[in-house]
Amino acid sequence: MIPEDLLYSKSHEWVMVEGDIATVGITHFAQEQLGDMTFIELPEVGDTFEAGSEMGSVESVKAASEIYAPVTGEIVEVNEALEDAPEMVNEEPYGDGWMLKFKIKGEPEGLLDAEAYTAVVESEAH
Amino acid sequence: MPYVPHTEDEVREMLATIGVDSVEALFAEITEDMRPQSFELPEGLSEMEVLTKLEAMANKNATDRVSFLGAGFYDHYIPAAVDALTMRGEFYTAYTPYQPEASQGTLQAIFEYQTAVTRLLGMECSNASVYDGGTALYEALMMAVRKTKRRKVIVSEALNPIYRTMLESYTSNLDIEFVTIPHKNGMTDIDGLMAAIDDSTAALLVQNPNFFGSINDFTALFAAAKEKKAVSIISSYPVLQTLLKTPGAMGADIAVAEGQSLGLPLSFGGPYLGIMTCTKKMVRQMPGRIVGRTEDSKGRTGYVLTLQAREQHIRRQKATSNICSNQSLCALRALVHMCALGELGMKRAARVSIERAHICAERLTAIEGVEMLTSGPFGNEFAIKLPVNTFDVIAKLTARGYVPGFPLGKYYDDLEDGLLVACTEKTSEEQIGIFAEMLRGALK
Repeated sequence: MIPEDLLYSKSHEWVMVEGDIATVGITHFAQEQLGDMTFIELPEVGDTFEAGSEMGSVESVKAASEIYAPVTGEIVEVNEALEDAPEMVNEEPYGDGWMLKFKIKGEPEGLLDAEAYTAVVESEAH
Repeated sequence: MPYVPHTEDEVREMLATIGVDSVEALFAEITEDMRPQSFELPEGLSEMEVLTKLEAMANKNATDRVSFLGAGFYDHYIPAAVDALTMRGEFYTAYTPYQPEASQGTLQAIFEYQTAVTRLLGMECSNASVYDGGTALYEALMMAVRKTKRRKVIVSEALNPIYRTMLESYTSNLDIEFVTIPHKNGMTDIDGLMAAIDDSTAALLVQNPNFFGSINDFTALFAAAKEKKAVSIISSYPVLQTLLKTPGAMGADIAVAEGQSLGLPLSFGGPYLGIMTCTKKMVRQMPGRIVGRTEDSKGRTGYVLTLQAREQHIRRQKATSNICSNQSLCALRALVHMCALGELGMKRAARVSIERAHICAERLTAIEGVEMLTSGPFGNEFAIKLPVNTFDVIAKLTARGYVPGFPLGKYYDDLEDGLLVACTEKTSEEQIGIFAEMLRGALK
């Protein structure tokens, strides 16, 4: 469950870059670790973030944890549907469970490809 | 559920399990010089001796004073049912058992309390309560700071100064900037508050009725705060809330209150009850415990703690607050009090209190040199100005069994001549008459 065509962060966000727009969500591994989602707290359109800074949080039946901006830029779109249906993150983390779209500032740095991220997941799963 | 400390047998059993032979041996690690030399506790006494000693102490209290003291805490009548029901063994403990498998009764009582205060204040959600009204206000402020990620807080100077002192001490080590908007002759300066709200405002703090007893409608003010994405916080007086426009109807984001006036004795300042309610939008920032209603696997109704993900036992460094319990027994008293009076009874108590205060204001301001500080509507409390120093008058009348009210000069430098007078349904017209005549005499 680690698509080849995406980039990843060590904090388990995935990124799909198309031109200067990056779509962001959390990975299948992350949602599996967290369990059933109950609430997704996301920033608002117009907010800006540095890569690596905290941009929101996800609450599940087990815990609440932060989500971090994998790229630097401005939020241009938020997946409003998650407000009423946070379980979409569990069901389709790479599809309808996407969270945000960024207008990227500069080149994304320090992101992992599918192979490198697989190694991260394997080391954490043990 | 018995609440008893460890018996000697249990202590022996625990020591045996650990593998030490005495409590002394258990603490052997702590060297003699590190131990407290004495706790300065007197020797134990028999029940009879203790009772005699405590009665002698209690008899030193002047319990027969006629009091017009309010300032946020009011001597309302408490129905006998409140003591009778809350003192039942199932409830009467300082410990709040939350585990749903064993404590459905306690959890349901808290849920009912939450429902009652939410309705009273016209809000959507409530927590299980916090220590007192001041704590509730501080926690509300922190909710706003977390929600907005801003640090500027606009406070009305007509907000209870006792609470403002609490806020300052609570936040002394935090990066929060207070902007205090002065009162205008005891009135809340709505225009001044409105002008102070900007894009960096986290929260707006007001009180209704304000500290001086004045009643306001903050609807327009809260709408202005909403426009700037600031959080509106209102501190209110639950007894009058049966008659006044509710915080919810005004558009408040968070409404807090001191719950003492709902079935708790004044009792020298505590234990009291911090009521905290908010909109559904804010509920995930709510500190402390929240009880929710759900169903078990067989479809039966059950009550459980809910929205726990931000609690300190789940992630300490990110917890919304260090509050991890509630004032369950006090909250239960408030619930029983509200149920015993019912909506009509609560409205009647509020009306009579207001009526008495208006009679009192009329009698006092008929005295030469005494005038109202505030203009506009007030409830069961009002502020007057005396032609002499208030502290002297208070001393004089208190010595003769009548406590005339709260000296505003204690907290407001420019109000050395100000007196805050409160009435409740317990205040009789006869007492008001005697008070007025005593004041007339004292001013001669």
